[in-house]
Amino acid sequence: MFDFISFIPRAVVQGIPLLLGSTGETLTEKSGNLNLGIPGIMYVGAISGVIGSFFYEQSPNFRPLPAILIPLGCCLLGSLLMGLLYCFLTVTLRANQNVTGLALTTFGVGFGNFFGGSLIKLSGSSLPSVILSATSNAFRTTLPAAEKAGVFGKLVLSYGFLAYIAVIIALAAAYVLNHTRVGLHLRAVGENPNTADAAGINVSKYKYVATCTGSMIAGLGGLYYVMDYASGVWTNDAFGDRGWLAIALVIFTVWRPNVGVLASFLFGGLYILHMYIPSGMNLAVKELYKMLPYVVTIIVLVLSSLRNKRENQPPASLGLAYFREER
Amino acid sequence: MDNKTPAVKMRNITKTFGPVVANDKVWLDIYRGEILALLGENGSGKTTLMNMLSGIYFPDEGEISIDGKDVVIRSPKDAFDLGIGMIHQHFKLVDVLTAAENIVLGLPGKLDLKEAAKKIREICNAYGFDVDPNQKIYDMSVSQKQTVEIVKVLYRGADILILDEPTAVLTPQETDKLFAVLRNMRDDNKAIVIITHKMHEVEALSDRVAVLRHGQFIGDMPTKTTNAQEMTNMMVGHAVTLNIDRPDPVDPKPRIRVEGLTVRSIDGILKLDDVSFTANSGEILGIAGISGCGQKELLEAIAGLQPVEKGSIEYIEDDGSAEQLIGKDPLSIQRMGVSLSFVPEDRLGMGLVANMDLGDNMMLRSFRNGHSVFTDRKTPRQLALDVVEELEVVTPGISTPVRRLSGGNVQKVLVGREIASAPTVLLTAYAVRGLDINSSYTIYDLINKQKKEGVAVIYVGEDLDVLLELADRILVLCGGKVSGIVPGRGAKKRDVGMMMTKLGGNAHE
Amino acid sequence: MNNKTRTPLFHVSKRGLLPWYKTWGIRAVALLLALVSCGVITSLVTGQNPFQVYAAIFNGSFGSPRKIWVLLQNIAMLLCVSLAVTPAFRMRCWNLGAEGQALIGGLAAAACMILLADKMPNWAVIACMCLASIAAGAIWAGIPAFFKARWNTNETLFTLMMNYVATQLVAYYCVVWESPKGSGTIGVINPNTEIGWFPQIGSYKYLLNILIVAAVCLAMYIYLNYSKHGYEITVVGESERTARYVGIKVDRVIIRTMLLSGAVCGLTGLLLVGSTNHTLTTTIVDGRGFTAVMVSWLAKFNPIWMILTSFLIVFLGRGSGEIATKFGLNRSFGDILTGLILFFIIGSEFFINYQIHFRKPGGKEG
Repeated sequence: MFDFISFIPRAVVQGIPLLLGSTGETLTEKSGNLNLGIPGIMYVGAISGVIGSFFYEQSPNFRPLPAILIPLGCCLLGSLLMGLLYCFLTVTLRANQNVTGLALTTFGVGFGNFFGGSLIKLSGSSLPSVILSATSNAFRTTLPAAEKAGVFGKLVLSYGFLAYIAVIIALAAAYVLNHTRVGLHLRAVGENPNTADAAGINVSKYKYVATCTGSMIAGLGGLYYVMDYASGVWTNDAFGDRGWLAIALVIFTVWRPNVGVLASFLFGGLYILHMYIPSGMNLAVKELYKMLPYVVTIIVLVLSSLRNKRENQPPASLGLAYFREER
Repeated sequence: MDNKTPAVKMRNITKTFGPVVANDKVWLDIYRGEILALLGENGSGKTTLMNMLSGIYFPDEGEISIDGKDVVIRSPKDAFDLGIGMIHQHFKLVDVLTAAENIVLGLPGKLDLKEAAKKIREICNAYGFDVDPNQKIYDMSVSQKQTVEIVKVLYRGADILILDEPTAVLTPQETDKLFAVLRNMRDDNKAIVIITHKMHEVEALSDRVAVLRHGQFIGDMPTKTTNAQEMTNMMVGHAVTLNIDRPDPVDPKPRIRVEGLTVRSIDGILKLDDVSFTANSGEILGIAGISGCGQKELLEAIAGLQPVEKGSIEYIEDDGSAEQLIGKDPLSIQRMGVSLSFVPEDRLGMGLVANMDLGDNMMLRSFRNGHSVFTDRKTPRQLALDVVEELEVVTPGISTPVRRLSGGNVQKVLVGREIASAPTVLLTAYAVRGLDINSSYTIYDLINKQKKEGVAVIYVGEDLDVLLELADRILVLCGGKVSGIVPGRGAKKRDVGMMMTKLGGNAHE
Repeated sequence: MNNKTRTPLFHVSKRGLLPWYKTWGIRAVALLLALVSCGVITSLVTGQNPFQVYAAIFNGSFGSPRKIWVLLQNIAMLLCVSLAVTPAFRMRCWNLGAEGQALIGGLAAAACMILLADKMPNWAVIACMCLASIAAGAIWAGIPAFFKARWNTNETLFTLMMNYVATQLVAYYCVVWESPKGSGTIGVINPNTEIGWFPQIGSYKYLLNILIVAAVCLAMYIYLNYSKHGYEITVVGESERTARYVGIKVDRVIIRTMLLSGAVCGLTGLLLVGSTNHTLTTTIVDGRGFTAVMVSWLAKFNPIWMILTSFLIVFLGRGSGEIATKFGLNRSFGDILTGLILFFIIGSEFFINYQIHFRKPGGKEG
């Protein structure tokens, strides 16, 4: 029998980094910026948090609240800087977004692994990883009720606070996009910056704010991965290709962060499905199961282009730089 | 009326785009309670000047003052704050949003679409507009979109309104309605600028007229004190007579026979409805109609670029044998031995490749020639040199990308290439749009020359005066249907105008 | 708020066409600035003087004949993938799937080596490898191309996803063909018989690869600039409507060009497996599929300039690797420096396409 009680919570914790990453990327893409630097930004978010907590854990009087706030602040700052860099190059200097994004990913992954490696050296550990269990415990604190509430507690209440924040951010992002003036303006910028500009919307400001906010949200995804999912253990390259999966999730949800909540859990489930499917002796088949999220995304991409519904298409000016005096 | 201080004072405004001087030290005053017609040929800098007032462009030099106060308009938002609203020729609307969402776009405060819809309905009732606030823009017709644009400006309470060629896409009835609204607003003490190059609109609507020529301010005067001839002279710079040569057709024989042609757009909208006609060799068949009435689809269907629902398009050889063109793409038409040339409306987006140089653009038609896998570059380069010389194209050389040429020169390159292949059929769409008078006449001459050589010319035009002087026969389209075919000689402008709107049009003669 | 009427300090406008020497001058300045800042950063991190850092970078590429050969081999491989993506890019079709297409090419080559080793003579195995790899790469690119041509499915995202499908497919076969059992890796294929190993020219292990890629580079340059296909690609890239207007079958050109793009990627995979590594891993392409995007773009999609840009990237990568080992940093430091240099070059494009006008001071002072 398939063990849903243990499968679902694991799918959820797998899904949370993807949810944060895809919410961030959705906001970014809604402003017309295709930020392929998200995988790098998630690395930078994660390592910035790790650096912050690494030094805080050395301090003599360790308390849980700063243990959360310091990595959180470092993570937001690190990913904000990455977002700013992307915006400066693509919005202010109007550079090609694909190339800038890929360079940002090269840089971000390198940045993460370099400082990760340096910290491992500093900590003098014999294992190739940095272990921040005290900070991680603070991040993984759950409601006391979770233990007592049985199956419900395990399925719904057993997560660290960042997981709930991730869901709230996604729902809030969906609300802002669809029901507020800021969201309306942002959609207009991504669809048709010319029109938005003529309507008195500051296109560059919206692109900057959306992309930087998106980067910070995505950065949190990296932080959640290290501090909660991986129990505070940083190992180089462990984050893997989750950043690309987050971008896939954006397409899968047809640019709707609220759909992303469930979709990310589904992706998380697909990602770990291979551990739950009895494959017998054949280890190789597990590798094929890992293909599922990507295959499903491709199918969604194809189907949405087949149906050709206007609302389900990528933002019209996605990937294009805007210059007012173009003629 | 108190017209002492101008609402807008523009002084010494200069704007350049690279080597092109779009505005050169322009002075302009706009008063409240007055409709100002900003008159000038295409490319004379009218739109550029108004774009600087509405914050789209920033002037290189010059001052602007509003109600006597010096201002700097850095962005469209600055312009809104000063009460300036512009309705652009290319609508500034977001397709996937609704009318209401588009109208409130860019405004501050909390988003309340219900409240907005109420206010929109009030404005619509006051002026007699018809807008559904919840309709998506991509579901709207051109005139609906324009209405949304006007409501948008009114919603913001603009008291200085600029309309850039608002009537180009409207039917006469819609135009009359628009003019009535504009007069209402004038009586409301708003300042109104209408950019146009149509003389009768200036006379019918405006109180004052200002003329631009080649980016320079030529003069302004009350409309009552001037007349069409004087304004034309100011616009063009010298006295012109609209005398276009019209030689008699030589031995006209049927060349293209269209029967029952029906075309739908991808969205399923009927674009051409049971269109039938014959185009003869050695003759110019003019196509008249309000823009968007199926002209584009008609030409593209003949050229093999438009899927056809039903009907037939036959190419008739000199010996009378006919070949079906429907279902063939441009390449197979060419391979059939039919030499068909097409000068499309969108020169840089369709007829030419903007970033390629003259030589490579000449190659577009001929690059397949020969059996080699490599392209022959010498012949097209020579052709480019010939076209530059014969048509007096102003260009630094044939290695210049065509996007760097002016509109008239771009058109000469395109027409030059299309007639170089010695066509038997020549399709042209708005061949002189955006061209100055001299270039326009060059194009008319080229077309007449083709006609004399026995080419069947189909000429889609927007200026009725020109059509009446140039075409041997005029086919009038109205909403995708043929509302009549009249001989060009002796046709009355009024009659053709009526047929364009179906009023006096008898379907099929 | 009191200086609302202040004129903007500067404003930006599009520049006319710059002569090529100015364009490359601007890029050279950007590169120089990038190198200076890399030197400064490395000095700060390591405490070494910057000149030692530059010496180390140079040494990393040119320090010994072996290093020079490795440099050339890496340039060849990166150049080959860059050449592969270029026709697609010229057509404005963002093929970000080169990584997967090369990987699948490598998989096909490895499959031939493993499965056909004792069924055919060596030359026949090699022939099969060539055919299989090139076909596999082409098919992998052809799938997104088909959907792009037919239903305008977004190719950037589609090709990106195909990379990971390819990776997992390779991971699957790595387990299926693992050797020794339980290792999860394939190990060197046919170590004793050397069946399917490409011949070595003299004592130079990499020379064959380098020569093949040089030939591909020249062929690609000629194909793109002088052939009818190349002309069609440019027209489709510039304007699909113009292409249709002159009777070019756009969907056919898209599929044909992507097939070519994938085929050359497949060739890269073939060379990596058959000639260089004689094994297959999921990371054998080593991110070159993504780096190639930058190489191709930096060279403005010109195959000849690409030799220079791929040299630049490999040179920097090798150099910063050398810094890392020499000064006790880890390998990833190289990625940081490479990223930094790319940012400078990407940013410099702005000064090629636009110019900034500063307002004359005067009038109201803010």
